[in-house]
Amino acid sequence: MRIVKNSIAGTLESSDIHVEVSPGTGVEIDVQSTVLTQFGDSIKKTVMDVLREMEVGDVRVFANDRGALDCVIRARLETALLRAAGGDGP
Amino acid sequence: MRRTALFLPGNNPNMLINGGYLGADSIIFDLEDAVSPDEKDAARILIRHALSSLKFEKCEIIVRINSLDTSFWEKDVEEIVPLGPDALMPTKVSDPGCIHKLAAKMDEAEKRGGSTKRVMLIPLIETALGLENSFAIASCHERIAALLLGAEDLTADLRAPRTREGGEIAYARNRLVCAARAAGVDALDTPFPLIDDMEGLRQDALLAKSFGFSGKAVISPRHVNCVNGIFSPSDAEIEYAHQVFEAIETAKKQGKGAISLGGKMIDAPIVERARKVLETAKELQGGRT
Amino acid sequence: MSKLLASLGEAVTASGLKDGMTVSFHHHLRNGDYVLNMVMDAIAKLKIGNLTINASSIFDAHAPLIHHLRSGVVGGLEANYMGSTVGRAVSEGVLNKPVIFRTHGGRPSDIESGKSPIDVAFIAAPSSDSAGNCTGRFGKSACGSLGYAFADAMHAKKVVVVTDNLVDYPLRDYSISEAHVDYVVRVDAIGDPQGIVSGTTRMTRDPVALRIADLATQVISASGFLKDGFSFQTGAGGGSLAVAQNVRNIMREKKIQGSFALGGTTGYLVDMLEAGCFESILDVQCFDLKAVESLRTNPRHVEISASHYASPSAKSCAAEALDVVVLGATQIDCGFNVNVHTDSGGYIIGGSGGHSDVAAGAKLALVIAPLSRARLSIVVEKVLTVTTPGKTVDVLVTQCGIAVNPLRADLRQQLARAGLPLVEIGDLRKMAEETNGIPQKPDLEEKIVGKVLYRDGTVIDGIRQVRRPAGA
Repeated sequence: MRIVKNSIAGTLESSDIHVEVSPGTGVEIDVQSTVLTQFGDSIKKTVMDVLREMEVGDVRVFANDRGALDCVIRARLETALLRAAGGDGP
Repeated sequence: MRRTALFLPGNNPNMLINGGYLGADSIIFDLEDAVSPDEKDAARILIRHALSSLKFEKCEIIVRINSLDTSFWEKDVEEIVPLGPDALMPTKVSDPGCIHKLAAKMDEAEKRGGSTKRVMLIPLIETALGLENSFAIASCHERIAALLLGAEDLTADLRAPRTREGGEIAYARNRLVCAARAAGVDALDTPFPLIDDMEGLRQDALLAKSFGFSGKAVISPRHVNCVNGIFSPSDAEIEYAHQVFEAIETAKKQGKGAISLGGKMIDAPIVERARKVLETAKELQGGRT
Repeated sequence: MSKLLASLGEAVTASGLKDGMTVSFHHHLRNGDYVLNMVMDAIAKLKIGNLTINASSIFDAHAPLIHHLRSGVVGGLEANYMGSTVGRAVSEGVLNKPVIFRTHGGRPSDIESGKSPIDVAFIAAPSSDSAGNCTGRFGKSACGSLGYAFADAMHAKKVVVVTDNLVDYPLRDYSISEAHVDYVVRVDAIGDPQGIVSGTTRMTRDPVALRIADLATQVISASGFLKDGFSFQTGAGGGSLAVAQNVRNIMREKKIQGSFALGGTTGYLVDMLEAGCFESILDVQCFDLKAVESLRTNPRHVEISASHYASPSAKSCAAEALDVVVLGATQIDCGFNVNVHTDSGGYIIGGSGGHSDVAAGAKLALVIAPLSRARLSIVVEKVLTVTTPGKTVDVLVTQCGIAVNPLRADLRQQLARAGLPLVEIGDLRKMAEETNGIPQKPDLEEKIVGKVLYRDGTVIDGIRQVRRPAGA
């Protein structure tokens, strides 16, 4: 999947995560989180996994996490990527 | 058991995570009115991921999909059905044709997803036409598990004011319960819309129970306890049910044919009712409140 | 000789405060308190150093204190509760000596016995006369009860009353008598009324908290304590207030005549008093304006000292007469031990307050908590810091079920009979972990930055220094 534009998904409410995706060169990930000490590595790994599963190579991901579960992180990132790929609408 | 069916917004992670623990027998994740058009994709994807990784052991999971006259419903079905929620809730169902169209799409999605679980349907009856066709709808497909009355849209369609007392939906309630029971499915009552009016809620739920509804949809978690209580057998009902079975035992021992309890003949419907009360009471013991 | 001095600096000098001594403060002005900061600034100006502060609690409003910790004006801290701002500095090792954490009952006990001597007590007083008869009942900075200040007033070597409402002698309706007071200082303001008491304490609308409150109410109902003579304590958190509201409804419906409500007081308890649910409120601290008003006007709303509230060495205390208390938790473990001192990263964010006192005293101690908060599990294998030992906690109520301490087989049976959804605490822990994932362990140093003293004075845990993340 090719990222052709900027997009966002998710919210800054507790248990959610706000994801910003934009075209880039290679993979660049920046994660902020209220649970960075406890789950920082896990969040980054999940982001990498989703990018690999969706075959996204050149992208910048900025995630502001408010204690989202793994499945929520996956959902929000997937939403942002689909929106940025400019494919199907909502 | 469907005493309470709690509507929860489909795009709120906290409610997806905790919805199963709010005491409702069923939860309805809403992709329709609770989600704005530009977040439909986000909510659908969120529910898909939630269903695939969270456990909802104690309650029935229903997903309310977008109306069949929108461009969203087919994607809703394609993405959600393979994850095996217990049921889908289509809105504004007005005739069996809607159900057949939807069920065909569900067949496809189940086949493609390779899922073995059969997802049921709980149509929302909220138009005059839907109400008049309610028995036909309830009996048109084996996926139908229950009918839910939607009084807000219905009264708008009827051009009747919507009141706290609900006199304007008396016919609809009678009609819907009769249609559902005739088809052998559950009848669920419309939500009570005034969130902070707990006394109004209680009256409304008591009324619904008196019409024969199996339970009631609610739009606030704070309504769950009250409605659960009203649709659970009361101590007096349980006591009476025990007495019925004791009277039958006594009569058997005494070799009597006709049995009476408190001056009233115990006939087959009374026994059947007592059996249901005890069954429900047993189900409620230890675990559900 | 007049006790009235012109400034805090004069009072510090007159008190004879020297390097290495101990000064004390109460926390009735809560996050609106100016007095601790003003006094410490005055002390710093006088170049007195290496002091120990014994404050009943330290709030975020006391952030300027961090500067005095760094500069050496203050070398030691003792408190029953510490907010996260000063807590962070302490956790990162700003002090050489560990902070001594006591409980609301343990503190006055140690002060009275001389284990924890105070050289100079500074008592913020919303109203005082020139001789130091003082009260929190009225004045622009009214805070209600002065319960935590009594031991300081009676046992410190010198006592300085600091007020912003100097009234004519004699103040009849005093809480603390002139007999204990050495000096009185008038200042413009002892606190910010906005931070002292909230206008109203508000009930939660969070569905999960309400669900937990409903289950907790069912536990209280089924426990058998909710009958005539019932006594009750609950905190000011949204979930606790929801329990209070539910209990009130049941008491009114069933016409139950309770005995007393205890502890920190909110408008919700006042409503219950006025509705006839209780004979009296025993008030060690007011949380909102309605509580302050009630303490001032209702003779059945009584101010009590911290010793009367919960001292383990008092000849008796109200906590020991308590039937039911509803408590919170930052973490609770499979042994029912509760942590309200540190967050899951190891940082200090609180303290016992009265938590372990009332858990020990009450016949039924309920902990209410969600299974997790924003991915952080509350129910864990082992708490990071033991605030309240598990043997004093009877029940944990979460949205996912009710766990009864195995030591209370009787209670478990009772709740099971009532058809409540019982679960094993170990299963709750598993559920939390399965949902949230396994967190990385906090990065802690060997150095102990806090010693947790149980109410009887024994050290029940140590809080370790947090290693600051690289680049931070």
